[in-house]
Amino acid sequence: MSQTKVAPKEVGKPAKNFDVGSWLIPIIAVLVAMALAAILIKLQGSNPITAYKSLFKTAFGSAAGIGATLGKSTPLVLSGLAVAVGLRAGLFNIGAQGQLLSGALAAAWAGVSFHGLPGYIHIPIALIIGAFFGSIVAGISGFLKAYRGVHEVITTIMLNSIVMGIADYLASHPLREPDQFLTRTSEIQASAKMPVYAHLPLGFFIAVALAAVIWWILGRTTSGFRIETVGRNRHAAWYAGISVKRTVISAMLISGAIAGLGGAVETLGITYRYAPAFNLGLGFDGITIALLGRVHPLGIIPGAILIGGMRAGAANMQFDSGVAPELVDLLMALILLLVTAPLITRFFKNSSNKSMTSGWGN
Amino acid sequence: MKLLSKRNSYFLFAILATAFFYSKDGDITTSVYATGAAFALPLALAAMVGIMCERTGIVNIGIEGTMLLSAFVAFFVSSLTQNIIIGLICAIFTGSMMGLILAVMAVSWRMDQIIAGTILNILATGLTSFLYVQGKTIPSVFQAIEVPVLSKIPFFGPVLFIHGALTFIGIAIILALYVAIYHTSWGLRSRAVGEHPSSADTAGVSVARLRYINVTIAGGIGALAGAYLSLELVGSFERGFTAGKGFTALALMIFGRWNPLGALAAALFFGLAQAYANQLMIDQVVNIPTQFTAILPYVMTIVVLTISAGKVRPPAAEGQPYEKGQA
Repeated sequence: MSQTKVAPKEVGKPAKNFDVGSWLIPIIAVLVAMALAAILIKLQGSNPITAYKSLFKTAFGSAAGIGATLGKSTPLVLSGLAVAVGLRAGLFNIGAQGQLLSGALAAAWAGVSFHGLPGYIHIPIALIIGAFFGSIVAGISGFLKAYRGVHEVITTIMLNSIVMGIADYLASHPLREPDQFLTRTSEIQASAKMPVYAHLPLGFFIAVALAAVIWWILGRTTSGFRIETVGRNRHAAWYAGISVKRTVISAMLISGAIAGLGGAVETLGITYRYAPAFNLGLGFDGITIALLGRVHPLGIIPGAILIGGMRAGAANMQFDSGVAPELVDLLMALILLLVTAPLITRFFKNSSNKSMTSGWGN
Repeated sequence: MKLLSKRNSYFLFAILATAFFYSKDGDITTSVYATGAAFALPLALAAMVGIMCERTGIVNIGIEGTMLLSAFVAFFVSSLTQNIIIGLICAIFTGSMMGLILAVMAVSWRMDQIIAGTILNILATGLTSFLYVQGKTIPSVFQAIEVPVLSKIPFFGPVLFIHGALTFIGIAIILALYVAIYHTSWGLRSRAVGEHPSSADTAGVSVARLRYINVTIAGGIGALAGAYLSLELVGSFERGFTAGKGFTALALMIFGRWNPLGALAAALFFGLAQAYANQLMIDQVVNIPTQFTAILPYVMTIVVLTISAGKVRPPAAEGQPYEKGQA
C-alpha cells in the first residue's frame, strides 16, 4: 500500500543531540500539565500552590529528599529505558510493569534464599536473576509477535495481569515469609541489600550507566543499527537482509531485561522484600517517561528524576495540603497527552506508519 | 455452505455440551449460563466498539480507558444525583467524548493510533484514581426485568430473558450493528473506508467524516459497556475497575473476524468459561488458588490471539492515516 505517500509535515527523527528547541516541548508539556492539574486541585477545594510547594520541597529541598528522589527515580529510569528500547525497534512494550514485577519477585527470592555470599557477588547475582525473569516475560511477547504476528500491546498488557496473579500466588504461598499473616516474602539477606552512599543509592548509578550503554549500543553498534532499522521500516530492513524476527525478539528480550532489572533494583535497594502492593505503576510510568525523554536513552533521565521526585513528595504533599497522592498519576497522564501529540508527529511520521499499528497479525 | 462446516461443528459441539450438562443438573447449568451471559455482555459490547472503529480503519486500543472512565462517571453521577438514568446519560456522553478525542488524534493529527489509544487509557486511569472517593453508593442498580412469556421457557428464559435494561439495550445494539454493517449503505461505506479509503473517497464518501462519526458513536457504545458494569452487573466502582476487559474485547473481535455475531459468539464462550470456572471453585470440585482462576481470562486472550493470528485478515487500511489524494 501507499502510506509512504502520506506527506510528512516535518522530517523528524529522534533527537541525537541535545538541541534546545526540541527540548522545549517536554518542558512546556510539564508546565501546562501542572497548570491543568492545579485547576482540578482548586476545584477539589485545596490550594494548588501549597500542594506543589510541598511536593517539590520534599523532593528536592534537602540532601535526604534528593536521596529519596533518586531512589524513586531508579526503577523509573529503567522502566523508561525499557519502553524506549522497544519503541526504537518499533515495538510498543506496555508490559514493562509485568516484567518489572517478575524481576522484583525473582530478585527477592534470590536475596532471601542464597546464604553466605559476600555482597559483591550476592547483589550482582540477584540483579541478573531479576533481569533474566523480566527478559523471559517480554520474550514471550517478542516470540508471539515475531512468529505468530500477535500484537505486542495486547500480549504485554495481558502478561502484566498474568504476572501479577502468579507473583501474588508465589508471595502468598511458596515464598511467603514464615509465620506471617501478610502476603509478602521474607526480608532479603543483609548481603543482598544495595548500599547507599551519603543518601545516594547505588542503584541509581547502575541505571544511569545502563542508559549510557544502551545509548552507545543503539547509536554505535551493528546490533543497535539493526534495531533502529527494523523500527524505522521493517520492510526495508527485511529487504536489506536483516532478520526482522530475530531483531524483534532480541529487542523485546533487552527491553524486558532492563525492566526486570528495574524491579530487582527496587527490591534490593528500597523495599528489601516483595509484596503485591509494591512496584505498582512503575512500568506504566515508564511509557510517559520514555516519551517525555523523546525516546532517547539519556533523555529519559531528567524525566525520570522529575517524576521520581513527585512520587517521593506525594505523601508529604497529602499531609500538608490534603491533595491525594494520585495527583501524580493525573499529572503523568496529562504530561503524556501533551507531550505525545507534537512528539509523535515528529517521531513516527517519517518512519513507516505501518510498522507499529497496522495489522493485528502482520 | 456445507452442513458440517467448521463453524457449524463448533455450534453442534456447544449445543451437545450444553444438553449434556443440563441433563446432569438443570438448575446449576441454567444459573451458570445466565452468569456467563452477564459476564459476556460487556465484553461483546466492547468488541462492538472495536469492530465499528476498525471497520473504518481506526485501531481503538483505548476501549479499556473508555469503559473505565464511563463506568466511573456512571457511578459517581448516579451517586451525586441519586438517579441512575442521569448517570447513564452522562456516561454515554463521556464515552462519546473519548471517541471524539481518539478521532481527533487519529484522523486530524494522524498520530500513531496505538499510542493515541494508550493515551486514552492512561488518562482514564489517572483521572479515575485521582477523583475516586470511597464509600459512595447508588440508589439501586438497573433491576432485572422478566420478559413476559419468554422468560418462562425452561433454560432459555432465565439465561436470555431475565436481565436488567442495559442488557437488552446492549443485545439490541449488537444485532442492529450486525444488520447495519452488512445491509445498509452506511455499513458498505464504512467497510469501503476501512478497506480502501482512496476508492471510497473517489466514490464520494468523506473518509475523515465517516471515521469521526463511527469512532464517536463507538465511544458511546463503549460507555454503555462501562455503565453496565457499574450500574447493572456490580453496582459499585473501584480503581482499575474494568480489569483489562477492553483488551480482552479486542482479542474477541479478532477471534470473531470483525463480525458482530462472531464477536458475540466469542464473548459468550469466554463468559461461559469464566462462569464455569467460578462454579467449579464454589463446588470445590477443583482446588485451584484464586490467583490462577483470576488470570484465566488473560491467558485465554493470549491463547485465542495466538490461534487466530495469521488466519484472519483485518481491514486493509487499519491503522493508517488517510490523506486526500493518496493513491
